[in-house]
Amino acid sequence: MFENAPIIKSTKEFTATRNACKLCAPLGASVAFKGIRGCVPIIHGSQGCATYIRRYLISHFKEPVDIASSNFTEEATVFGGGANCDRAITNVIGQYNPEVVALTTTCLSETIGDDVKMYIHDYKKNSELKDLPAFVTASTPSYQGSHMDGFHEAVGAAIKAFAKGGEKGTHINIFPGFVSTEDLRQLKYLLSDFGIEFVMLPDYSETLDNPIWNTYKRIPEGGTPVSAIETCGRAAASIEFGTILNSGALSGRVKNTKLSATGAEYLEKEFEVKNYRMPLPIGVKNTDRFFNVLEEISGKEMPIRYLTERGRLIDSYADGHKYIFGKKAVVYGEEDFVVAMTTFLDEIGVEVVLAATGGESGNLEDQIRANCPERGEQILAKNMFDYEKIREWCQENKPDLLVGNSKAYYIARELDIPIVRCGFPIHDRIGGQRIKHLGYAGTQDLFDQVVNTMIQYKQDHSPVGYKYM
Amino acid sequence: MIINDPEKDQEIQANVRTVPGIITQRGCTYAGCRGVVLGPTRDILQIVHGPIGCSFYAWLTRRNQSAPAEGEGNFIPYSFSTDMQDENIVFGGEVKLKEAMREAFEMFSPKAIAIFSTCPVGLIGDDVHAVAREMKEELGINCFGFSCEGYRGVSQSAGHHIANNQIFKHVLGTDNPTRKGKFQVNLLGEYNIGGDAFEIERLFEEAGITLISSFSGNSTVESMAYAHIADLNMVMCHRSINYIAEMMEVKYGIPWIKVNFVGAKSAAKSLKKIAEYFGDAELTAKVDAIVEREMAKSEAVREAVKAKVEGKVAMMFVGGSRAHHYQDLFEELGIHVVSAGYEFAHRDDYEGRKVIPDIKIDADTRNIEELEVEKTEDAELWREDLVAKKAALEETGYTFADYEGMMPQMKKNSLVIDDINHWETEKLIEFYKPDVFCAGIKEKYVVQKFGIPLKQLHNYDAGGPYTCFEGAINFYYEMQRMLDTKIWKLVDAPWKSEPEIVGSMTIEA
Repeated sequence: MFENAPIIKSTKEFTATRNACKLCAPLGASVAFKGIRGCVPIIHGSQGCATYIRRYLISHFKEPVDIASSNFTEEATVFGGGANCDRAITNVIGQYNPEVVALTTTCLSETIGDDVKMYIHDYKKNSELKDLPAFVTASTPSYQGSHMDGFHEAVGAAIKAFAKGGEKGTHINIFPGFVSTEDLRQLKYLLSDFGIEFVMLPDYSETLDNPIWNTYKRIPEGGTPVSAIETCGRAAASIEFGTILNSGALSGRVKNTKLSATGAEYLEKEFEVKNYRMPLPIGVKNTDRFFNVLEEISGKEMPIRYLTERGRLIDSYADGHKYIFGKKAVVYGEEDFVVAMTTFLDEIGVEVVLAATGGESGNLEDQIRANCPERGEQILAKNMFDYEKIREWCQENKPDLLVGNSKAYYIARELDIPIVRCGFPIHDRIGGQRIKHLGYAGTQDLFDQVVNTMIQYKQDHSPVGYKYM
Repeated sequence: MIINDPEKDQEIQANVRTVPGIITQRGCTYAGCRGVVLGPTRDILQIVHGPIGCSFYAWLTRRNQSAPAEGEGNFIPYSFSTDMQDENIVFGGEVKLKEAMREAFEMFSPKAIAIFSTCPVGLIGDDVHAVAREMKEELGINCFGFSCEGYRGVSQSAGHHIANNQIFKHVLGTDNPTRKGKFQVNLLGEYNIGGDAFEIERLFEEAGITLISSFSGNSTVESMAYAHIADLNMVMCHRSINYIAEMMEVKYGIPWIKVNFVGAKSAAKSLKKIAEYFGDAELTAKVDAIVEREMAKSEAVREAVKAKVEGKVAMMFVGGSRAHHYQDLFEELGIHVVSAGYEFAHRDDYEGRKVIPDIKIDADTRNIEELEVEKTEDAELWREDLVAKKAALEETGYTFADYEGMMPQMKKNSLVIDDINHWETEKLIEFYKPDVFCAGIKEKYVVQKFGIPLKQLHNYDAGGPYTCFEGAINFYYEMQRMLDTKIWKLVDAPWKSEPEIVGSMTIEA
């Protein structure tokens, strides 16, 4: 069915978005809130928002994802959603007995100007319940930024709501960004191996990737406890993955009032917690950077296990380079993911020709040039791209490889370009939520996959059918 | 929630608002309009006017298939959005919408453009209908808008109604070609998920039945424009499309019948009902031959599979007709459906159309336009011949314009639940311990955590088609795979280790 789609050769900018390469802000916020222990998110808007977002997340994580809605009616739309918000909170408390209730707003509630913070204030004041859960809210209208902006907004909101100051400890904060559940687990193992105490926010490694249960758990186990988030203000340092983060939402009025800060930014400003901001640790260079910071903060040396992993990774680079060197790749997805993935591919000799994102920060090009000093100038880095622009570009420029989520599969299929699936969302493979990207081990998996994809392509298109490549 | 007794008239509460904070299966009005009813049509270029999320989430997630001819327009692989930003919310988005329509026209030269409103559009007062009128004039193609903001209505059902209205107003009857076949029919409420419509079309073609248009699986806007030349309307999904069937009967005199092509026996019954309507000996002979041949194939598989799965217990909570239609397939395999319900249906889908006059009109229903349809003044379009045919057939006991609903078919003491929520799902699973649960992706992993397989009846888990005879065979095998697999033995369901504490319920088999 895709083969019949017309190819439009146009250099003109398209006003409408055709197959967007971004999702909406409340989705990102919901993921982040799912990484807080005992938290049930409520989307304050139409029930369709919660339903669509749940469906999208469930298809990727293949797990129950409970997100409630305040189910706006036409009446609530006219007179305000306060009563709906109250009922939603009461019902969520009644059904789940949650530790945290997290409210995210939508286009609808933001456009009518609902003040969710005030609703919560009133709710707490008027409630007869003895042990109320903790509350946190994030402002996430879909017309400001993408799902990544929503994600970081939620992380920032949780920090602002719960973090407290006090005497400095030795633990660190780690803000991993929107990575896979396996990535989160790997980070936790790594920090434990290093002997570093840490608070990771968010941590949906368990909540969105549960084992099979022998009793049903309405709220899945895992996640960062509020008590841990409270200590973030006393941490020795923060490590924040991503260099673009939520700067996409900082357009229009938000930019002018500078409302948004990431969690780590806020902690640095408010509690003087030093922030080490760096790209996602994918590839040797960026993972080295991460380990250097860990060594600096902890005063400890990299555990031998990781030194070996690193050595093995470079050894495999040597083994595999001939299959991939000089291949032309297109990388797409969330901005920080694109920066890190481009840096990694650049490191292994794959020529990234197009790095594209639906994100709106306007910083992608700068970040790619900063991270790929040798070839950065030759990489076409595009903010506000959609899949159709990527498709048209691929049609003209015939890259050898696509690297990103499963939504570009239709381009790969039509133009016969191999695709390496990684990032979010993966809706056409099992295990998308478990793909490992970070650290030497994650890079090893990605490297093997990139090389094998190229080998398979060569093999499939060979008239001989070699089984010895 | 009702304990069913097919011998009594029982009233169920349906199509009422979901309580805030309760996790529901339901979607929104936009989803019903853009995703369900218009989504499967391939050559209407559909622009979603709003911020990006709504458009993205409706991008090819329903697995509708379509078979365009070489070079024919196909916009199903696209999700167009005006991607509204801050400034559009503040200053209005009409200018951006018009610009988007102009460039879409220039680049894709579609036959029609549809605009779908999302929540903020209604709030900021963008008039999509005025924009549609203006652009229709300017571009010279059919343009129409849908006020399907997500906060309207109780569920996606409101969106179905809005979609029906606008298609009826702006598309249907705008073209008037000559006859295309001897037995002309429309298929309404079949969305070609997993290729379901292809199975039906194949059999129609063989029998010599001409499918004029489908609403809306594998359909084109062109065929919808001349759908009023059909001799008979067949309704599959009663909930989402009965409005068009009703309106066409009032305006053109075309009768409609309820059909169901899910389940081999139901497919056979439906095919025979069409043949009976036309009353043509040759057609009847062809249909009988097809049914006999296909039934022989499906029966062989059915018997083999039935031996392995008979007596198992199923529950299904899905859609506005599927929870009913699929009971036929389960019946054929001897699997007991102990509990069922719809997500977004109304009372008539449960209790039958006889209750329609008694359904209370609430505020949510009132804010959806009820079209005033009148008999066409064009004498050539009014089908007096069909009105007479209907009257004659009714005398012989043939039923038109009727749907008796899900409840009469269900067993005594089975449990019927509308808009089941998460909490109820968990409790019922613990109570019934079903062998298979049918719902959608949102419920899938909840149910599977209990160690029970879930079959998606919205998008079929990458499976299908399940209609007609080949489809039934597919489904039989699918049930065998799902019910016979070894992996569930590795799962310790709570009731496998805990003592039995709940009571039991008698279902009369």
